[in-house]
Amino acid sequence: MNIDFFGSLPLVAIWLALGAIGIVIQAFVRNNTKLVFGYYVGTLALTAFLAILSSGAKGSSFGGMIVLGGYAAYFDVLFCGAGILAMLAARPYLDRLNAELDEFYTLMVSAVAGMMLMAHASNLVVLFVGVELMSISFYVMAGFLRTDIKSVESALKYFLLGAFATGFLVYGMAMLYGGTGSLDYVEIGKAVSNGTATYPMFLAIGTVLMAAGLSFKVAAFPFHQWAPDVYDGAPTVVTAFMSTAGKAAAFSAFNPVFAAIMPDGVGGITDTMRLALAVMAAVTMLVGNITAIAQTSVKRMLAFSSVAHAGYLMMGIVAGTAYGHSAIVFYLTAYMFMQMGSFVIVGYLEREQGDGSDIENYSGLSKQHPMLAAMMAMFMFSLAGIPPFAGFFGKYMLFYAAIQSGYTWLTIVAVASSVISVYFYLGLIVKMYFTDAPGKKTTFATGTAGFTIAICSVAILLLGIFPWLLTNIISTW
Amino acid sequence: MVTTYVPLMIMILIGVIFGVSNIVLAEILGPRRRNKAKLSTYESGMEPIKSARERFTVKFYLVAVMFILFDIEVIFMYPWAVQFKELGMYGFTAMILFMVLLFSGYLYVIKKGALRWD
Amino acid sequence: MEVQVILFAIFAVGAIGSAIVTVTRKNPVASAMALVGHFFMLSGLYLTLEAQFVAAVQVLVYAGAIMVLVVFVIMLLNLGTEQQLAERSSYLRGTLGTLFAALFVILLALAITSNPSGANQLSSKAVEIGTTESIGQSLFTQYLFPFEAVSLLLLAALIGAVILAKRHVQEGA
Repeated sequence: MNIDFFGSLPLVAIWLALGAIGIVIQAFVRNNTKLVFGYYVGTLALTAFLAILSSGAKGSSFGGMIVLGGYAAYFDVLFCGAGILAMLAARPYLDRLNAELDEFYTLMVSAVAGMMLMAHASNLVVLFVGVELMSISFYVMAGFLRTDIKSVESALKYFLLGAFATGFLVYGMAMLYGGTGSLDYVEIGKAVSNGTATYPMFLAIGTVLMAAGLSFKVAAFPFHQWAPDVYDGAPTVVTAFMSTAGKAAAFSAFNPVFAAIMPDGVGGITDTMRLALAVMAAVTMLVGNITAIAQTSVKRMLAFSSVAHAGYLMMGIVAGTAYGHSAIVFYLTAYMFMQMGSFVIVGYLEREQGDGSDIENYSGLSKQHPMLAAMMAMFMFSLAGIPPFAGFFGKYMLFYAAIQSGYTWLTIVAVASSVISVYFYLGLIVKMYFTDAPGKKTTFATGTAGFTIAICSVAILLLGIFPWLLTNIISTW
Repeated sequence: MVTTYVPLMIMILIGVIFGVSNIVLAEILGPRRRNKAKLSTYESGMEPIKSARERFTVKFYLVAVMFILFDIEVIFMYPWAVQFKELGMYGFTAMILFMVLLFSGYLYVIKKGALRWD
Repeated sequence: MEVQVILFAIFAVGAIGSAIVTVTRKNPVASAMALVGHFFMLSGLYLTLEAQFVAAVQVLVYAGAIMVLVVFVIMLLNLGTEQQLAERSSYLRGTLGTLFAALFVILLALAITSNPSGANQLSSKAVEIGTTESIGQSLFTQYLFPFEAVSLLLLAALIGAVILAKRHVQEGA
């Protein structure tokens, strides 16, 4: 068995730093959230650094269980970055609620480890372990505010439906194994494209079940019902983390799995499946955006918009081309920054005004917090896909990928639903800039959350104006 | 072949027959004296105060969850133990790495007082 | 008729029967006990597939440990009169459930009949694959990576359980 130790370093590092050292530190050091916070930020930074260092080491390791370098290393950096940003935002948020426990950071790092496994997976077993590691951490984090009934409800809903979806996923894996006799992506891909699968019927059932399981994780129609409630009820920083990094992780696994079981230009059942995914993507966008219009809570509105964005991202899977896959990577990166930034702002304002995610509380924000309002406006423009922000270029890439593969109708639906989405994104901006605040409100310091918001806004500006910064990296894979 | 398990199945069958027949025989042969004292929960003991169906505290559940987690760990050790000689030092190292993580979890549980009953 | 077929019939009927009992009982404890029976029957079915290790684990983990949790949950809920839990049967749910179950059965039947003849036989290698030795061998060679990753998964679950059940972590040990 070949073990490319250097290439596997990011995974080994986070595994040891969390499991063998971090937990022991937490066992012996009590009531020192500052130390644990610092330690885990350091862990993620180190892992990201090692991932950058080993990004050139392409190939596979541990007997083909994981892929290294390039794609996987990029996602390592993305997830670690998301983890750090979310931790920075979480500290002041939890502090205000008197709910800061060092285990929060432990769970965040273990979720990141799970996501990294998903991106690295080249075998369905590894994918499953990664999905579970991420999901279990999310279930607990969603219910972290144990005295808040909404948080508990969100955790329970997430857990029950998530466990059910994992059932689909595992059943799908079993069917794929039954159909092709292998759990390895490469082997499955070969069996599908050469038409040598022993049991094509099992393969077809497996594909559908995998699609259902993964659609749940990305919150795509018809498996999206959990998302608004869970995202709404969970602590806002947790929502910021799981609706961005969690979705990115699910897509980072969706991508290679469906590249293997649904290769380009095989025809037959693959085309049917592609069409089914295209319909799912179209309905997801429409449902997400239309329902978002009716929301009065900004947090809930963003939750529905997150469903809609899963629809856009699925266009890349439907396209199935290399360009489609790089479009997904670009849009995921852009989406991560814009969505996380806006959720962190929601979390901050909610902090200031009690349960203040109601849209009325945003009126006159531009006068109280000019900087915050400007950044929120930027995130909204980017989410709506208006240039010169990163969201625009990402959408452009996805639309182009879909047209290239002959899914013009899907692109038309996507453009139409983007237009719908402008209504509520701009509605919030209008509220912030063109209405007056009902009363005087006191302001708080943003604390470390300010860094998160600042980094997110700089990132979407940079990616929007200089998209080649990222596309150049993608093209080297 | 599944036929290798036939002795095991006969064993299970005998066990079931033994258990069932004892209950049935006791029912048929045993004397029946149904009075109030005989039918009380503790024939010559305390009077029951209230229903036994009380709500458990969540602490029991926590212990049960931890038991399951360590039980799963033991499941992984079972095939390792069977192949201990064949896997040699390599398997031993792999198992040690696995155990280090779970042991740190155990340390955490103990140190955090998660098993204390107050 | 082969022994195998007879055994399969016994376990299959037992499994379906205990599953029906599980979902129809009004008393949750009775349901739980029927579920234990179901797990044993499943374990028997695994044996007919030559999966000895899985069969043993099924009894150890599911019939043993997981069932303890199920019974604990019933006790935690403190239902008092358990019968109150019984749901009112809904006409729509019954129809939909039957419809989807029927679809699923048709799908499976299609899958099984669409296979080349003789392909539904148990592989000749099944006996050696199912042994604990062979599982140990592949767990520590081919599947070493997921195996080590599982330790992190168990750890995360452990911390999650502690943090959810014990909010106020004590000072000192």
